Amino acid sequence: MSLSLILGTLSILTAIGFYMGRSRALVSADGDSHRLHSRPHYYGYYVAIWCGLPSIMFFGLWLAFEPNIVTSLLIDSLPAAQQQLGDAELGLLLNDIRNLARGDVTSREAGPELMAAAGYYNSLLQTSKLVLAAIAATLAVAGITFARTRIVPEMRARNFVEKVTMAALVVCSTIAILTTIGIVISLLFESIRFFQKVSPIDFLFGLEWSPQTALRKDQVGATGLFGAVPLLAGTMFISLIAMCVAAPVGLLAAIYMSEYASPRVRAWVKPALEILAGIPTVVYGFFAALTVAPFLRGTGADLGVDISSESALAAGAVMGIMIIPFVSSLSDDVIRAVPQSLREGSYGLGATQSETIKQVIIPAALPGIVGSLLLAVSRAIGETMIVVMAAGLAAKLTINPFEAVTTVTVQIVTLLVGDQEFDSAKTLAAFALGLMLFCVTLVLNVIALTVVNKYREQYD
Amino acid sequence: MTSETLPDSGTIRDRNSDKSALVKAGLKRRYAAERRFRAYGVAGILFGLGCILLLFYTIGSNAIPAFTQTMLRLDITLDPQDIDPDAISTANYRKIVRQPVRALFPEVTSRRDKRALAAMLSPGAAYAVRQMVIDDPSLIGKRISILVPLSDDIDQLNKGAIKASSDETERRVSNKQIAWFERLQDFGLVETVFNTTLFTAGDSREPELAGIWGAVVGSFFTMIVTLALAFPIGVASAVYLEEFAPKNKWTQVIEVNINNLAAVPSIVFGLLGLAVYINFFGLPRSAPLVGGMVLALMTLPTIIIAGRAALKAVPPSIRDAARGLGASPLQVTTHHVLPLAMPGILTGTIIGMAQALGETAPLLMIGMVAFIVDIPGGVTDPATVMPVQIYLWSDAPERAFVERTSAAIAVLLGFLILMNTLAVFLRKKFERKW
Amino acid sequence: MQAANTVLIEEAEPATHTNAPPKVSARDVCVYYGDKQALFDVDLDIHAHQVTALIGPSGCGKSTFLRCLNRMNDTIDICRVEGRIVIDDEDIYARHVDVVHLRARVGMVFQKPNPFPKSIYDNVAYGPRIHGLASGKDELDDIVETSLRRAGLWDEVKDRAAEPGTGLSGGQQQRLCIARAIAVQPEVILMDEPCSALDPIATARIEELIDELREQFTIVIVTHSMQQAARVSQKTAFFHLGVLVEEGDTEQIFTTPKDDRTQAYITGRIG
Repeated sequence: MSLSLILGTLSILTAIGFYMGRSRALVSADGDSHRLHSRPHYYGYYVAIWCGLPSIMFFGLWLAFEPNIVTSLLIDSLPAAQQQLGDAELGLLLNDIRNLARGDVTSREAGPELMAAAGYYNSLLQTSKLVLAAIAATLAVAGITFARTRIVPEMRARNFVEKVTMAALVVCSTIAILTTIGIVISLLFESIRFFQKVSPIDFLFGLEWSPQTALRKDQVGATGLFGAVPLLAGTMFISLIAMCVAAPVGLLAAIYMSEYASPRVRAWVKPALEILAGIPTVVYGFFAALTVAPFLRGTGADLGVDISSESALAAGAVMGIMIIPFVSSLSDDVIRAVPQSLREGSYGLGATQSETIKQVIIPAALPGIVGSLLLAVSRAIGETMIVVMAAGLAAKLTINPFEAVTTVTVQIVTLLVGDQEFDSAKTLAAFALGLMLFCVTLVLNVIALTVVNKYREQYD
Repeated sequence: MTSETLPDSGTIRDRNSDKSALVKAGLKRRYAAERRFRAYGVAGILFGLGCILLLFYTIGSNAIPAFTQTMLRLDITLDPQDIDPDAISTANYRKIVRQPVRALFPEVTSRRDKRALAAMLSPGAAYAVRQMVIDDPSLIGKRISILVPLSDDIDQLNKGAIKASSDETERRVSNKQIAWFERLQDFGLVETVFNTTLFTAGDSREPELAGIWGAVVGSFFTMIVTLALAFPIGVASAVYLEEFAPKNKWTQVIEVNINNLAAVPSIVFGLLGLAVYINFFGLPRSAPLVGGMVLALMTLPTIIIAGRAALKAVPPSIRDAARGLGASPLQVTTHHVLPLAMPGILTGTIIGMAQALGETAPLLMIGMVAFIVDIPGGVTDPATVMPVQIYLWSDAPERAFVERTSAAIAVLLGFLILMNTLAVFLRKKFERKW
Repeated sequence: MQAANTVLIEEAEPATHTNAPPKVSARDVCVYYGDKQALFDVDLDIHAHQVTALIGPSGCGKSTFLRCLNRMNDTIDICRVEGRIVIDDEDIYARHVDVVHLRARVGMVFQKPNPFPKSIYDNVAYGPRIHGLASGKDELDDIVETSLRRAGLWDEVKDRAAEPGTGLSGGQQQRLCIARAIAVQPEVILMDEPCSALDPIATARIEELIDELREQFTIVIVTHSMQQAARVSQKTAFFHLGVLVEEGDTEQIFTTPKDDRTQAYITGRIG
């Protein structure tokens, strides 16, 4: 029985509930809808809610927990020897059973035991679906029956429907909070497991990053080195290069747009520059790797400078282009918020436009501009695809923009893409890096937003 | 004090003309500074616009060759000896497509040369013939004429990306292959056709067989999931926060939280998806369902912020009027405020969806980078999406993938431009000043 | 009562100046905002070392006219000025006239105090610095001190000249703006309702200051308060609906207006 079939049945039942509720209400009022407390369709919604809400919620919860329950049942059914396997090997075994059950290729010989397990797995899934369908349908029908008996003309159906809707609105508005909590908890949880394997001191202050855990226990450097300093330094370095491009270009563009450009020019240029913010970062990454890096390398070769094809300069410069609109749009808003009276005061003294801008407008807008720059830095730090495609993998402490450096985000991607073993320090390290990234950008954002808001209030 | 500091009127006049001279003396320098400053501003804008143009030019010029494909016209005799009518799909089609090519070059006898000659054909040639025979088994025993793809290297040679004049050791096509190819051209067997494979096929290791359709479908399913989750939840949140929420500490926390969520790096959302959806709830990896759920969380703040702005723009007088007629608060919102705010909300949603469509990093975390040949048929099938496909192809060493990457980018940008134009259109059409 | 005193002193004075050529003379001045005409053929002479008050109901064009005198209207894109305005025999709308130079000669004080977000010292020093009026730090210090003294602000701020100008009280801020304007040593100072944002005590202080400054500068003040015009000015011009209705000695305008509209305005029937 497919899931969409179950869901479809539930939806149809809910719709039936709606019509039954409405006609029931009309019948109970002898066809005179004015005798009803609420308009008839509210009684329809009333029944529909009783029918759909419990059953669909049950459906969702069942689906959310089904895989875990089925897996644990499957493990229980396995021979004791296999149950004793380590997490990683057990995971592989389970994967094979699942693949076999689906009829895909497996990594090992499909022995009779494995076949039996796959059969058992399939039957578990089958049973699960059947039970789900049975319970959900029962809930739906029970809901309709119950709600129908409650309908009398005096019943405040509208108030009930509105209360439920309001509750749904509240639940929706907490999803944003739940997301944040989810991020913090999942990052913290995995990071704590990482810090049980690697000391936080080594992580935060270690100067060496080489997470390649050895395949065999007896190899040299089996544990890997997890010093995050080179990654942080690399991230900051690339962000700095990006800001060296974005800050002057973005600010000058913002100043020109807000102070010099005619409304018509502004109406074209501002959205045009914002195109830069709408281009997917993977496109910038491709652009950096395909065009900018070879160009820089070629130029370097002509000048006798050795520029790595994954140089920090290429990644940083392209990232800078990407964040130009973040600087220019926000700074433009901020500059336009400077009261006209200050401009007039300056012109009234005989200042030229550029003198007014440099000596009055910019100082007045400075807090807001700093805020917009901080937001841009936070963007640059969290940016992933450009550096994944254009920056290097080797963690190196350097301030030479022609060399390759790596960043926090690049390492997260390298650690997590491809085959991963859970519980290895290597995988968990990605979460520790993620936590660090989250904290840094959060602090930057909070500071920036506070500064900008304070600034806005000042001139309101 | 006054008598000392205030000069008499005679000196005022002198000082005034003095001052006038001083001011005039500085004017030239000051106007030069003014012009310089203006020029910096123009330069800043031109730099930004120049970057856009360069970017689009690079992508465009690289993408154009990808839209054509070099094909070879082959006349093949489908000998019943080669194809067992009872096991059509397992016959050796590679041999079948190689025979007519070898027949064209009888002088090629050495084993190595024969292999090099066969390598000029794409593996897709055999697939094409096989598909044709499976579709119509009555062809067996007949002679057919079919267009089959040449290998990506020959394709690049034909398009001029590999130059015959370059040193043989530096290119992937040997001098002999070039000579054979020129012979084939002389025979009139080489045709350059529109590259339909690019738009109909899934991924492939062979550039000439790789297409973006799988990724487009994957993106489509992902976006459906994202929209189905983010739009209702986002609108509901915006409505609650703007229309009903009491103004207290709790709503303030939600507000600050939403603003910060909008600035959390996207890769962190990927980590969340990996830890919660995949490891905790055990949802399938690489599935559009999970990708869509992750992107929904990312898009949510955008929709909520845009939604609140749109709701705020509806004047209170509308609410008062509806309330005055005895509408309940929820009726006021659903009957009057929400419909009026809908264009603004939709604009915000489209922009959010456009961002989600271009997002790559979080999807790498949840395993959407797998190499997937099949076109996904539902939200739980393994799939990839367009930006991830671009990332995967950009990593491939073959020259032919560069143009295909660019073509994929061009298609992606096309979708994004379409969505943003729609958003701008909506905003312009329904923009209302109260 | 201080103000009444001032008026008494001034009553005798206007006659001494009226025969000299006017400092500023406007002829046939029309101003348009886009398609809308805001001023209609204004003719007005403004004499040196007098305070000329421009009065009238709001929207009558008095501020528009004031802003023509140092070409502040240039900063508004859709604004167009026709006619002749001559300061010391020079048409300020002539091609060769430089706005920057003009504004250094014709300073302006605005309705709302608008100190720059800089220190008190830097606020006053701003004009001299951009125009290069001081050849050294000492001279600049001198100019700042003199200007602040003339604006009657020196004693209140001399110990905290490095603090931001925005931290002062409203009245102090407005005097700082006056000090800032006179630091450039303009010939004419335009004041656009300089007291409208201030309390009565601060207003009295500024009015006193205006009277003192008349010694050295030509002052044009726009005011919505007839009492203020009566207290501080020697000449008054009454604007109504973009037309200069009547001008003359302040006393005459307020006691024996020739035009009915002026009569109606000063008795409070229009406005």
